[in-house]
Amino acid sequence: MDQNLRELYQEIILDHSRHPRHFGALDAANHVAEGHNPLCGDRVKVYLQVNSDDRISDVSFEGRGCAISVASASLMTDLLKGRSIADAEKLMGGFLHLVKGEDAAGLPADDREQLEVMAGVSAFPMRVKCATLAWHAMKAALENQGAAKTE
Amino acid sequence: MNDAKPMNGYDVQALRRDFPILSRQVHGRPLAYLDNAASAQKPKAVIDAMTEFLTSEYANVHRGVHYLSGAATERYEEARRRIQRFLNAACEDEIIYTKGGTEAINLVASSYLSPRIEPGDEIVLSVMEHHSNIVPWHFLRERQGAVLKWVDVSDLGELDPGDVAHAITPRTKLVAISHMSNVLGTKTDLREIVRLAHERGVPVLADGCQGAVHGSVDVRALDIDFYAITGHKLYGPTGIGAMYAKRAHLKAMRPYQGGGEMIREVTREKVTYADAPMRFEAGTPPIVQTVGLAAALDYLDDIGRERIAAHEMELAQVAARKLKNMNGVRIIGEAPDKGPIISFEAIGIHAHDLATILDREGVAVRGGHHCAQPLMERFNVAGTARASFGLYNTMDEVDALIAAVGEARKVFG
Repeated sequence: MDQNLRELYQEIILDHSRHPRHFGALDAANHVAEGHNPLCGDRVKVYLQVNSDDRISDVSFEGRGCAISVASASLMTDLLKGRSIADAEKLMGGFLHLVKGEDAAGLPADDREQLEVMAGVSAFPMRVKCATLAWHAMKAALENQGAAKTE
Repeated sequence: MNDAKPMNGYDVQALRRDFPILSRQVHGRPLAYLDNAASAQKPKAVIDAMTEFLTSEYANVHRGVHYLSGAATERYEEARRRIQRFLNAACEDEIIYTKGGTEAINLVASSYLSPRIEPGDEIVLSVMEHHSNIVPWHFLRERQGAVLKWVDVSDLGELDPGDVAHAITPRTKLVAISHMSNVLGTKTDLREIVRLAHERGVPVLADGCQGAVHGSVDVRALDIDFYAITGHKLYGPTGIGAMYAKRAHLKAMRPYQGGGEMIREVTREKVTYADAPMRFEAGTPPIVQTVGLAAALDYLDDIGRERIAAHEMELAQVAARKLKNMNGVRIIGEAPDKGPIISFEAIGIHAHDLATILDREGVAVRGGHHCAQPLMERFNVAGTARASFGLYNTMDEVDALIAAVGEARKVFG
């Protein structure tokens, strides 16, 4: 198997896809949006509970998709819990750079390290939208748009 | 080497040399192109025919009196007669050029069926239709109150003509059925479906985008009313397809798009229309592509369509048997009468992950819903991987597919 593939499907990604964290609906959510990739039919719904001080006190997701999209959603929920909205936007910006093979400068070292497991996607341009689906849904939820699409 | 010796005089290695793209590598591996149901690769005969036409005979058609316009028109109309022979239509005027199968079906929806639909009228179709044979009918549902009546398939993917007949009521205006499922590979018994529908006074449209590729089609023997084909799956260029329609229907169909070439006379007050086929071919058509498609049909008939189909089926049957013997692999679509299209699912591996891993092994398959979402719902899958065989595929490529699926299983444990 080639190196790019090994990096894409590394153990931590497979683990997140098999055992997604924060999976399921969140009753207390006050921001919800669905991401839909019409090309492959994958769907992910992201639930956020945002406090009055603009902090994400809880987060979850549900849906179905490929290993990349599920792992990415799972990893995202791990990172977002307890963070401010401003942080969430910064994380998303850095993540979008990473999966396109660009430098995620500006992200704190801790965050970058956690997100870097998804960087292997950059060698597979056809799969970038799988990785970004949950993030777009998260952004749509924060902006109360209800739905996000990747095309 | 499995392919050292031609099977039954079918020299696949010689045929492969007709397709320049097959000698290229992908990710450093030999290309095993098993996505023929999405689009087939092009033989040199097709590429050369279009290049030569562009180089020496090209002009617009049906317009000028100059030499080249006459020459180009002759080639363009010759291609129409070539399609007529390919489908065994009674006359060339029954062949309407379209940009593909999708436009062919939209043409029938818009020009034939739409004026005949009253609210509550019904269109019968199967759950295994491609979106191109679903969405044009949804338009009529949304805009005119038509009712879509869905005919289910068996768990093996078979379509019972009796079920189609059973769905027909006095309000049915059309039966729209695929000749071969692009997902399951199921061949439908069109002749019987047409017989039963005609007994009830209902015309039948067949989506022949896959069916015309894997075996001979005789629209007169089928007695079919409408038959749609697309060029690019027949080893021809993109941007060209055709709708066969019985002459009696064509006479009663309103124009499709308005523009040049489709008129008899235009004044400030009114317009009168040309007869079929021109009536349905507004604007400058895909002239070069018709020449390419004619060359593709010549190429297929030179080899022999039944011989091609036999070769493809031998590969598909071996591939299906080997896939079935793998742990955790499920084949979706096992109708006894089917074409060389295999949809499968590797349990626990999403179709796109599977297709990505196969791609790195040089094996090109399609992963996803294959523009057949109602069928995905019927079989309760998000998507499938699909290997579809063409005239140039080999037993070595079957082995490459099986090995690559084995690799994927290793990755996902």
